[in-house]
Amino acid sequence: MGSSSYKKRMGPIEKQGVVQAYTMLVPTVAIVMAIVLFPLIANFWISFKDVTVSDLRIAEIKVTEKFQKKPKTKGDISKVEYRFNNFSKSSNIKNVNFKDILPKGLVIKELPNNCSISDNIINCQLGDFKPKEKKKLKFETIAENDYFISQENPKDTSPIVKGKSENRLFNLELKLKNFEEIFTSPNFWKTIRISFAYSLFSAIGSLTLGILAAQLLMTTFIGRGIIRGIFLFPYIAPIIAVTITWKILTDPFFGTINGILTQLQILNEPISFLQVRDMTINFIGFEFSFPVALSFVILFESWRYFPLAMIFILARLQSVPKELFEAAEIDGATPLQKFRSITWPLILGVLFVLFLLRFIWTFNKFDDIFLLTGGAAGTKTLTVDVYETGFNIGNLGTGAANAVLVFLILVFAAIFIIRFSPKE
Amino acid sequence: MSNSQKILISLIISSFWGLISNIVLGVFFILLIGSTIQFNYFSYIISSSIITLLIVFYDRKSLQIYISLFILTFILILIFTGLSPYGLNINENSFLQILFLLIQSFIILIGNIICLSGINKMSFNRLFLEILFIRVLKGFGFTFFLTIVLFPFYVMILMSLKTHQLLILNPLDLSIDITRGLNMFRSYIELFTDWGFGYYLLNSLIVSLSSIFIALIFAIPGAYAVARFNFPGKLLMINSILLIYLIPMITLLIPLYSFFTFINLRDSLFGLIIVYPAVTIPVAIYMLQGYFQTIPQELEEAGLVDGLSRTGVILKITLPLSLPAIASVSLFIFMVAWNEYLFAYMFLDTPAIFTLPRGLEQLDGTEVPRQHLMAGSVIATVPVIAVFLWAERYLTGGLTAGGIKG
Repeated sequence: MGSSSYKKRMGPIEKQGVVQAYTMLVPTVAIVMAIVLFPLIANFWISFKDVTVSDLRIAEIKVTEKFQKKPKTKGDISKVEYRFNNFSKSSNIKNVNFKDILPKGLVIKELPNNCSISDNIINCQLGDFKPKEKKKLKFETIAENDYFISQENPKDTSPIVKGKSENRLFNLELKLKNFEEIFTSPNFWKTIRISFAYSLFSAIGSLTLGILAAQLLMTTFIGRGIIRGIFLFPYIAPIIAVTITWKILTDPFFGTINGILTQLQILNEPISFLQVRDMTINFIGFEFSFPVALSFVILFESWRYFPLAMIFILARLQSVPKELFEAAEIDGATPLQKFRSITWPLILGVLFVLFLLRFIWTFNKFDDIFLLTGGAAGTKTLTVDVYETGFNIGNLGTGAANAVLVFLILVFAAIFIIRFSPKE
Repeated sequence: MSNSQKILISLIISSFWGLISNIVLGVFFILLIGSTIQFNYFSYIISSSIITLLIVFYDRKSLQIYISLFILTFILILIFTGLSPYGLNINENSFLQILFLLIQSFIILIGNIICLSGINKMSFNRLFLEILFIRVLKGFGFTFFLTIVLFPFYVMILMSLKTHQLLILNPLDLSIDITRGLNMFRSYIELFTDWGFGYYLLNSLIVSLSSIFIALIFAIPGAYAVARFNFPGKLLMINSILLIYLIPMITLLIPLYSFFTFINLRDSLFGLIIVYPAVTIPVAIYMLQGYFQTIPQELEEAGLVDGLSRTGVILKITLPLSLPAIASVSLFIFMVAWNEYLFAYMFLDTPAIFTLPRGLEQLDGTEVPRQHLMAGSVIATVPVIAVFLWAERYLTGGLTAGGIKG
């Protein structure tokens, strides 16, 4: 008895149900829209804009004031100078209006055309400021008696400047510049290659370890629950804690792993696993270069995410009646035969889904590589590039364009993999 | 099976256990005492072989026999290594040496017994060889997985108890010096007094708990609607839940960063408390609606007939029955919020509102001694592992259902 049995006609009670359902869903959908879907669309928008991090600040005009030749007696002529500066590198500021209070007794000799004065308040229209544009306003004043009574300095009151700044993020000027920049970058294909290698091998690595660990935990023994819990540690510990630990472990000077490997005489000299790009390896007369840092990062990913694969595979295997394995055993099947003809076909579906998810999520992953190598030593993936272009270089538009690329590649990869998936 | 076959197989398996126990325990021993040791592979292999041959040819099962074999293993190793099992004088670190030797004898004995059990009854064929092969493989597998999983955490804890001078002097020396007493925990104390880790801990706690609370408030009605009602667009809704789950966080980063800068939410915990629930709500809905569907609808209808409103039914009937699912969802959200790094790093600038991952990252950037870094890592890791281990027993496949983002 599910709600599906009401499908054929909609009576008043069902309609009420629809209303209730929508009422319940609206807040939930709204928050997800605002924080997930809206940014996703906004990211596409930003990728067509030429904006930098500094554009996020609302542009203002800075003004400095100078008062030269302070009057000593009545009739002295002094100079007042205002300097206006639009520090923003990208924003226009329109219809700038300027106001300041002059001390009593200072009379302006020659009022500039764009200014007016009433009750000692000077009011000027400065027009439009282009990005980085500077303007000056100068006039001379004559001191009168009142000035020497009050002894005020024009600088005592701070001037007010108002203008309409338009933010480049919101105007309709869309350009392909960011994408051009990405595709013409000399490292573009290299970054793509590294991203794919990283995701592919990390997915394969974590799945392989996951299958093996699940096989170990399929046997019943005392303390199996504890061991299963321990096997999950790499996955549940905070990423920052495990990356710091692995960085310290692999340190070439004081690292534990290098110390042990040299002790066991596996290595002749310490290797900085996370800082060396390539190492030439001489293997039976063939020399080839081996990407050290990238391989290490892949190993790290396999280490961190094998528990996940393990849990999924275990869940699948434990949902199968034990008799299946026992019957095979009675029929004289060897362990390897059992694995090949029972276990493997059983977990193939799960493995496929896991591979898809792991591939996509590793491709999306930013923290792991960023924290381990910072994208150095030949480990710069597309996601690290998003951060570097967006925040290190400060070019938000290019960063967003990179993020669009990550998203599109994922969509295509998912469609491709699902298209060629084995039918369940 | 002929005797020569038995001997051959016994020797192969016993050599494996002799070798592997020596290497693994040797490495842990080095880290505990901090000085170089010698690996007497050969002596261990010979001792292991002798024991194994005894097990195979004197095939009696009783506790006395096993205990005598255990003592014999211990004595044999001592003899073959010339009373210095790790190439050290037996007088230095004698307690640890004997302890490790006992563990090692135990591993050698148990490993060989388990691998070779039933060897006398089996005939020499493919089945037998494969069974033996798998047993050895499993032995190796457990050693391998336990080592790779525990090793980093082992080093993390031991290193956090050392001092800077000792770590520079000998990076391999991770021995625990009990004579230092409370001084061992100096790096922890300093993190709390000088580095503001108390605040970070508190902030992380605030963020995680609020995220759980907010996500549940939004997800429960949503999941209930999906599970119980039929409405136009339901299928689209369910499918998009899964698709949203695949959206990369990094594509949200730049827009959210800009957006939050404009509305002045960026450098505040409140910003994180909005983002974390929003990204976990789809999974939460998915997990909860699956569980809600297993609750018999008749129970709720009975409540409705008795005059409860829909909200009353959810609060008084559905929710109490779905506590396991709510616990799983809460654990999942807690793990995401507690461990999250990217948004904490991009959004938070003021040290007073750092979460633990952000604070730890800050610490990593300064020239701080590594025992502090390790102590910080322990502080960040222990709560989440403790919560997980405590909650795990109450969960029904909590992780499998959705704890996969990351």
